[in-house]
This record gives sequence, structure tokens and C-alpha cells, in this order.
Amino acid sequence: MSARQSSLRPDLAAIAAHVSPGSRVLDIGCGDGALMAELESASGCDARGMELDGELVERCVARGLSVVQGDANLDLANYPDKAFDYAILSQTLQTATRPDLMLDELLRVGRRAFVSFPNFAHWRTRAALMFGGRMPVTRALPVSWYETQNIHHVTVEDFRDLARMKGAKVERAWFFSNEKQIGAPAANWRAEFAVFELSR
Amino acid sequence: MNAVPPVSPVYRVPHPLPLDSGQVLEGCEIAYETYGTLAPDASNAVLVCHALTGDQYLASPHPITGKPGWWERMVGPGKPIDTDRHFVICANVIGSCMGSSGPASLAPDGQPYAMRFPVITIRDMVRGLVALLDGLGIERLHAVVGGSMGGMQALSLAANWPERAARVLVIASTARHSAQNIAFHEVGRQAIMADPAWAEGDYYDADAKPDNGLAVARMAAHITYLSEAGLTEKFGRRLQDREAKGFGFDAEFQVESYLRYQGSGFTRRFDANSYLYITRAMDYFDIAEEHGGKLANAFRGTEARFCIVSFDTDWLYPTAESRHIVHALNAAGAKVSFVELSAPHGHDSFLLEHDQLDRVVKGFVE
Repeated sequence: MSARQSSLRPDLAAIAAHVSPGSRVLDIGCGDGALMAELESASGCDARGMELDGELVERCVARGLSVVQGDANLDLANYPDKAFDYAILSQTLQTATRPDLMLDELLRVGRRAFVSFPNFAHWRTRAALMFGGRMPVTRALPVSWYETQNIHHVTVEDFRDLARMKGAKVERAWFFSNEKQIGAPAANWRAEFAVFELSR
Repeated sequence: MNAVPPVSPVYRVPHPLPLDSGQVLEGCEIAYETYGTLAPDASNAVLVCHALTGDQYLASPHPITGKPGWWERMVGPGKPIDTDRHFVICANVIGSCMGSSGPASLAPDGQPYAMRFPVITIRDMVRGLVALLDGLGIERLHAVVGGSMGGMQALSLAANWPERAARVLVIASTARHSAQNIAFHEVGRQAIMADPAWAEGDYYDADAKPDNGLAVARMAAHITYLSEAGLTEKFGRRLQDREAKGFGFDAEFQVESYLRYQGSGFTRRFDANSYLYITRAMDYFDIAEEHGGKLANAFRGTEARFCIVSFDTDWLYPTAESRHIVHALNAAGAKVSFVELSAPHGHDSFLLEHDQLDRVVKGFVE
């Protein structure tokens, strides 16, 4: 990853570094538009976003980005097939009503998809549950069970299974611990976050 | 209505203006105001379209009421639509009564058109605006911006003259008038036409104008511009200038006297027949219908960037109407932003102080 992307969250930086320049991109759950801004300015991409939180959408629009306030569970259906080169879902899969259906929609509207998520099988999470006996509150999953937006916790291995079941091919994958990229071996234990690039 | 003071420049359309009804408007005049300076290559023009009872006095005092322009907080040097950078145009729509051709204008026979004025549509209003842009030498707008009926004009421009605007900002608006919208307008029109002074529209030389009917129309419409929470916050059930109920039909509640004030103030600056024509134009508005029944078809192949804004307490043109536009734009592959802003004041929120709206407008138009 190059230095200019260092201001991005590591999973977003990995995505930004691997989106082909000039692509049409849909960033689902785009937050304040950090990734979109990077893709537009550094890679000349045509980036569109979707975000549920009106205040974040307002910030995106105020910085000149094209972002639609909407619920990815419902509104992805309004986009035509293969309208984008890439559909990106960063840190949002675990908040989806039906992650399996959302993955279908991602691979329908995009020729390729990037998905990043916190790995529930990370050793810290496992330890918290095993030794504490309570739902883990960790660096990667910092919110208590009763107020978290994450309704479907997922692990690296679960995600691989889902992708296989959906007939999606894993093109590439990146894993992160401590804000740093780590290797694929034992990622299900070691990774706090994972990023997958999928195609179908 | 008194003759309008000749304050604004007036553009005389040099050709007959064809209308959706099949009729033609000869010698059409369009009164407009401009702010800022047009760049030598005419690339910095922003057209702002006014709402039903608005006019061209966007950011300068109104010649009849003396009040500040209707969007003075949004348009000016250093403001969200910055007149240091942009050349801002606001024109009185045809059918209206502040200098553009409308029912109060004189027909070729020297008498006011009154109800002989052809029925117009939103698209006809935009035809007039496009003719004005031609007259000003503006090929392509940097942006077209409009709230409420102004948003309808912005959408109509984007759908029918897609090469004329690079950015399209639509606030608190809709792509079609709903049955409920039409119903409220019909109440207003019936109030005007039930006023004996309306006289089938031929009141321009009479002593009495249909002010009572027009005031009632305005009162009914004004309710639709507000929200229940906003009304409750502003007036509740408080009584006006009295301690106890009078058991009569004077304006006893504060909300009543407020509406009466709004209604009577309106008659001083607006023509009843214009109210009939413009509400009719809005009722006919349905962009999908103009494009084979599918809204997405209206925007297919558009190069423009769109921004659609709604307010969560607007029940006149609720957020669902804006979403409908956004979905169509997405289906057409257009670049579109959409945000629902939170505001307590219903439909009127776009005219009131709202920091978030300011930032969105600034970010989008810049």
C-alpha cells in the first residue's frame, strides 16, 4: 500500500489500492465518504455511495460526492445489473438483515465485490467469550451486545463458506491485526478484520 | 391587482412559445433578476426556480412588500450559492404576476387575458426559462436549483433539455402531483371561484378583487406547508389577545389570526387568476407520464449530476416522493445524491434557516 492512502482505515486502504483506476464503484455503507473521495481523487473513479445515516450523507454531499441516503437491505434492488465495476461493502455485512441476500445483490450490481468485516473468530473475541463468559467487547467489536448494529457476527471461515455457497470466487483476500496486514495462514484466529475480493 | 412596478428587466421572447396544450403564446415576456457577473464563457450561470407563490426577487427586496428576497439567506456573496463566483438568475414563471406574461397581462386586443390566457404546464414554464437562457447567451447552466414547484421546473429542465444544466438540485419536491396535492389545490381554486368578486376571472377593471377567495386559498395551502409539530410549537391552542374563549367566530386562536394575516398579506402581492393557472400547472405535472410512463426513461443518458433533498416533516411532498425520483435516477445510471434532512417546520423548511441544507447546497453547487 502506498503512503498516500495511510489516512484511510487499513481495510479501506487495501480496497483503494486494488480498485482499477477509472472504475465505476458503488460504496455501500460509505460513511463520511473517505474511501469514495480517495477513489475519485487518486484513481479517477466514478464513485457512488449509499449510507443510512443522514448526517454522514450530508457530509458526503457537502464534499461533492454522490451519495444516496438509503437502506442497503432495501435499496440495492433499485440498481441495474452490473451497473458498477466494483460493489464495496466495508464493515457493513454484519449489520445486514440477510448477509447472504446482500452478497447476492453485491454480485448482481457489481462485476466484482469487495467485502470487509470484523472477524468474530479472532483470538481476542474467543478469549473474551471463553474466559469472560460474556459477549465480547473488543477493539474490533467495541459496542455492547444490546446496542450493537452488528446483528450477524461472521468469521473468516464462515464468510468463505458463504461465498462458496453463493458460487462466488474469492479473487483475493487481505487480513489485518493491530492495524497491520498479516498473512493468510491461521487468519481465522489471527485476523481482527478481513477483506475479500469476490467475483461471479 | 395593481400594475407591477417596472423594477425587473423583462425579456421578450422573440418567437411564439409553443405550449403543451397545443396553443401558442405570442409576445411572451419574462421578468427576471440576476445577481453576480456572468463569466466571459457563460460557464458560471446558476438558475434558481421559484415556488408557487414566489417570484424573481430571490435575493433582493420585494418591490411590493419591501421584504427581503425569498432566498436571501442562500444566495449572495459568500453564501451557499455564492454570487462572487456564480451568475445567479431567477425569473418570474409564465402564468405568474410579477412582470412575466400571465392572466393579468394584456392580450393583443389590449384587454387583460384573464381566463383567456392559455392553460400552461410546468414544462411550458421551463420553455419560457430556456428561451430566457437563450436570450442571455447561456448554453449550459452550471446548475439549476429549485425547491417545491421550483424543483419540478429543475426536474423538467433535466428531463426535457438534458444538455442545458450540468447540476440539478431538487429540494422538497416531487416528479408528479399526487391526488392529495391536487385535492388541496382544488380547495384553493374553488375558494377563489366561489368569491363573487372573481367574476369569471374578469375583475381587473372592477373595484373589488376576489381577495377573500384568494386569502382562503392561501390559508388552506399554508397549512400544507407547515407541520403539526411546528404549528403546535408556534401556536398550540393559545388564544390571541384575550384571556378566555369568546364563543364566537372571530380569530380567537393565535393560529387563526396567523392564517388570516398570511392570507390577507398574500392578496396584496398575488393575482387570483395566476393562482388558478399555476396550481393547475402543478396538478398536471407528471414527468413519468411525459416519458412513456416510466420515470427512469425521463433521465436515460443524462450527463448531469443530481442532488435530491427532502425534509422529514414535509407531508406535502414527503420523502417517499424524493426516493421515487432517486430510484429512477439510479435506474437511469445518473450521478445522484439524496439526503433526508431533519427539520421541524415541514415543507417550508427549505425557506428557513437550516445549516445542513446550506452545507449540502454549497457542496453540491460549488
